[in-house]
Amino acid sequence: MSEIDEGLRSELQRQGIWVTSMEELYNWGRKNSIWPLQFGLACCAIEMIATAASRYDIARFGGEIFRPSPRQADLMIVAGTVTKKMAPQIVRLYNQMPDPKYVISMGACAISGGPFKTGYNVLKGIDRYIPVDVYIPGCPPRPEALLHAFMELQRKIDSQKLTGSEKATHLDSRQPSEFPVPAFGAHDLEPPANPDVFQPPKIERT
Amino acid sequence: MAPNPYFFIVIFVGVALVFPLLPLALAWLWRKAFQPPKPGAQKNATYECGVESIGDAQIQFRSQYYLYAIIFLIFDVEAIFLVPFAVAFTGLPVGAFIAILVFLLLLIEGLVWAWSKGCLNWAK
Repeated sequence: MSEIDEGLRSELQRQGIWVTSMEELYNWGRKNSIWPLQFGLACCAIEMIATAASRYDIARFGGEIFRPSPRQADLMIVAGTVTKKMAPQIVRLYNQMPDPKYVISMGACAISGGPFKTGYNVLKGIDRYIPVDVYIPGCPPRPEALLHAFMELQRKIDSQKLTGSEKATHLDSRQPSEFPVPAFGAHDLEPPANPDVFQPPKIERT
Repeated sequence: MAPNPYFFIVIFVGVALVFPLLPLALAWLWRKAFQPPKPGAQKNATYECGVESIGDAQIQFRSQYYLYAIIFLIFDVEAIFLVPFAVAFTGLPVGAFIAILVFLLLLIEGLVWAWSKGCLNWAK
């Protein structure tokens, strides 16, 4: 969109002429019709339900159609504690979603394990296996926070490029659409994290 | 001069062809130009609930189930007769009461017979 002068655009709009590009039209259509996958894991799901209900009404942003099938969903809201028993199913559901697909990691548990981080059965963040687009801190985050995350995701979708070297991952044939599903090991999930997605911050002592 | 009355049918057929084919063609063009398809084993899997499917969907049920099916059917029919009987119970003449009692006894006798014959034991 950078080719068109913004001043010229608004001047043309005042005359009733709308100028757009295919990229802008594509992203505009996508960002205003994000269908989330209908599943909740823990208490964050209650906040997600409240966000979808009448008081907070995520339909104002085009995200009211919670789909029970991953085949029809664009967005995965990981709402709650991901146990190690559940993690393979989450990754498999993500793999079964069609491109383009996005992930919102909702709440402290989905980000890092949260208050249950020391639990033997709790995954320390869903971003160990699948790429996350927006993180929402909070325990649980309020519906406003989820709406904010939704708007952030819309902003991200709006800024995605259709062509060029920095085009969106779903348009890049080299980027994977499926990620390896962890298996149940003797003590932990194997592998404990996908190194292509998750690199733990290195702590260096001097 | 009036047009051929079948001319409108031709228009309808044309619209009916273009209407579905145009989006399909656009989607095909979009795939060629921008979005490369990325199929995968899990993406193409039949079952879509996050759980891996086990075994084959084309399974056989054991034929021993037919006994349970028949006994269930008999008592299902009995229930249909029992409901109007219970509703009209207070206003029934003695003859009708005895008739339904005989009906019940016949069915109970059938159950006792099936039970004593070992039909309710699970056949291995």
